[in-house]
Amino acid sequence: MQHVPDTTVPAIDVEKIRKDFPLLQEKVYGQPLVYLDNAATTQKPQVVLDTLIEYYTRINSNVHRGVHHLSQEATNAYENSRKTIAGFLNARKPEEIIFTKGTTDGINLIAYAFGRGEIKPGDVVLASAMEHHSNIVPWQMMCEDRGATLQIIPMDDKGELMMDQFSALLTDKVKIVAVTYVSNALGTVNPVRDIIAQAHARNIPVLLDAAQAVQHMPVDVQELDVDFLVFSGHKIYGPTGSGVLYGKEEWLDRLPPYQGGGDMIKTVTFAKTIYNVLPYKFEAGTPDISGAIGLEAAIKYVQQIGVENIQAWEEQLVEYAMQQFQQIDGLRFIGNPRNRSGAISFLIQDIHPYDLGELLDKQGIAIRTGHHCAEPVMDFFCIPGTVRASFAVYTTFEDIDRLVAGIKKAAAMLR
Amino acid sequence: MTIKEKQDELISDFSFMENWMDKYEHIIQLGKELPLIDEKYKTPDHLIKGCQSQVWLHTDMQDGKLIFTADSDAVITKGLVSLMITVFSGQTPKDIAAAEIYFIDAIGLSNHLSPTRSNGLLSMLKQIKLYAIAYEAKSQSQKNGTEL
Repeated sequence: MQHVPDTTVPAIDVEKIRKDFPLLQEKVYGQPLVYLDNAATTQKPQVVLDTLIEYYTRINSNVHRGVHHLSQEATNAYENSRKTIAGFLNARKPEEIIFTKGTTDGINLIAYAFGRGEIKPGDVVLASAMEHHSNIVPWQMMCEDRGATLQIIPMDDKGELMMDQFSALLTDKVKIVAVTYVSNALGTVNPVRDIIAQAHARNIPVLLDAAQAVQHMPVDVQELDVDFLVFSGHKIYGPTGSGVLYGKEEWLDRLPPYQGGGDMIKTVTFAKTIYNVLPYKFEAGTPDISGAIGLEAAIKYVQQIGVENIQAWEEQLVEYAMQQFQQIDGLRFIGNPRNRSGAISFLIQDIHPYDLGELLDKQGIAIRTGHHCAEPVMDFFCIPGTVRASFAVYTTFEDIDRLVAGIKKAAAMLR
Repeated sequence: MTIKEKQDELISDFSFMENWMDKYEHIIQLGKELPLIDEKYKTPDHLIKGCQSQVWLHTDMQDGKLIFTADSDAVITKGLVSLMITVFSGQTPKDIAAAEIYFIDAIGLSNHLSPTRSNGLLSMLKQIKLYAIAYEAKSQSQKNGTEL
């Protein structure tokens, strides 16, 4: 029997939450905005905007350098953010949290450092068939450089990883496994605990791309026992240009640095440079201080609502949307995984996703069309792209109703 | 009709449409009526790659005038392509190369020509101009008796 979501008992007060987001009050083409492109980026609550302004109006200064008052304040704020994020992910220590520009930057950091430190010719890096380009290209570049090979865990036509194939691919040649926790293009939640357990049984470390996970579900790095985990600040209600790499201390200590420059050194002479300790070893140059502090405000905002409550709310939204979508003539889901989070990709008959997106836009509905930076996924399904609706804590059932009505109207025009 | 007259006519057609739906319905209809490119020209050589939708464009020279046929995998793009072809097809390379295109703006579709739109339309406009310039250069050099 189909479970009907109990919409009368919301896990959160969505109307109150929506008031925290100034951009959601805007109109597009004269209509209230329906923002369903949250997998691309989320809107920012007022508290994040206030934090950015507060930083630049009251404490702007460079971190880790000055003896003066402002520099101390800026340093404290920056390091407090690291502590908050360590708590959010349940890292053992704040030193295991490295600030990055985002998910892409974090993966590039690990691909480079791991490649230099650990990869020899003939070695294998394992990624999956549903990776975002940012979890493919840095590894390809590194493999080319080191004479290694990138191998791919295949998926089936439901958009789920073929775990028996994964087991078969896990040979002694594999030096690292890099997979996405949640697929940005399909919404699939991967069995990451199983992946990590199998890889660890062979002493192979695992990197999780959690760009589509941390904003939707509780993520505990110790419980997962994951070696590296990356995410972007801007997809969890924080500023663009902020991001996080979590790495187990023993791994981060072991890997060589990524970029050289200020802050990442202990002593520099022309003969030899001694690198700084964690986390500074991986944070060369002046970091995005305001971004890190703004990200802390975003994470505290999420913690205040409770990520479990967000998960419960979004599960209802996804279930409701799936039910409503099934009523649309000719709609087919691209990816139909048992475990889904945050996003639904679909097509309608042979209507080009671009056409549908254009006509939805004109109705004030923001969704994403195209290949979602995952061309291999589109190639797998032999499609030019998909239409993707993706949800956030502030998404409402009315948003989904307007989307469904918008799709019906657009499809009628395009058929 | 000159390129300018054709543009003015399109602007006048669209001026009767009050809302976006009417405009788009018209564009979609034009897309369906577009003189289709011969299947044999739907090759990578004729492909103008946009990020999301793709356009195939073929050019023929007949009696000193350029004839364009085209297709796109997206219907709205196809309609916009059709508008372009209405304006340019049957004009001389010289006129096409010199033409100023203002109708897209005037009918309120200027965002379709932004580089971020990725629908291949901007590339198509550039390609049409390039073809015209190339034909024009060729005919000039033939007049002067020199080989290109």
